[in-house]
Amino acid sequence: MTIPGFPDAMPVEGFIGGLLIGLAAAIMLLGIGRIAGVSGIAARATGLSEGGPPRGLAIIFLIGLMIGPFIAAAINGPIEATFPPQAWAMVAGGLLVGFGTRLGSGCTSGHGVCGMSRLSRRSISATLTFIGSGVVTVAIVNALGGGWS
Amino acid sequence: MKQQVLTLVAGSLFGAGLAISGMMDPLRVRGFLDLFGNWDPTLAFVMGGALLVMAVAWLIQRRLEKPYADDSFHLPGTQQLDRKLLGGAALFGIGWGLSGLCPGPAVASIGVNFAQVALFIGALFAGMLLHRLLPEKG
Repeated sequence: MTIPGFPDAMPVEGFIGGLLIGLAAAIMLLGIGRIAGVSGIAARATGLSEGGPPRGLAIIFLIGLMIGPFIAAAINGPIEATFPPQAWAMVAGGLLVGFGTRLGSGCTSGHGVCGMSRLSRRSISATLTFIGSGVVTVAIVNALGGGWS
Repeated sequence: MKQQVLTLVAGSLFGAGLAISGMMDPLRVRGFLDLFGNWDPTLAFVMGGALLVMAVAWLIQRRLEKPYADDSFHLPGTQQLDRKLLGGAALFGIGWGLSGLCPGPAVASIGVNFAQVALFIGALFAGMLLHRLLPEKG
């Protein structure tokens, strides 16, 4: 299924994948009483944070996160991914995402999925802010001719 | 043991969801942020699906005294908006727009595309370490 005007969009696959992500976050919440925020879990797993789930669980979650795509690929076919060709975009992006998610207490999963669904004022504000700054960043990069396809 | 199994299942479902929804493709994620160019609305459908399930989960959570496999819920309590929250989110969005990656898809992609993702992951942890080392934060 496609959306008129957006031939590349994948609404059905996106929604189904979203249901699975929501189910994963629901298992974390109702199973062990934790927020499935990947930035916090990654910081915890590497010893860069003392908050969040026990370190062993954080590591297990990240291992699952790496296994999941292989299962999906076995069922659904190979994963398509186009990365930015510029190494600086990966390095600068990683630095800003790492620093920003610690300072802002969360990322797309923690604030965007878990917090917004709880109607957290903090999470709704954070999500609108990072989508907004992301939109501005992409517009500027494209205007300067630094886009990729 | 229950906690470990639940966490492994949750992590795997999360990774599978990212793969199926196309969110492991930085070009597609960046397409969602390319509002003034070739906009790709897919991420909005991913968010919609995830929020739908989680909204139900929060309704169930309110009726529970404790989670299935722990003694209590461990949830953030603060509702305060401050400069750290908004400044951090703004910086995160810039990095997200530059790379097309956020922490979930980045970790999920390690086994799929090691060479390019390793650069991002290395910098991600360097950024987290920098935050930890700086005495004054926002």
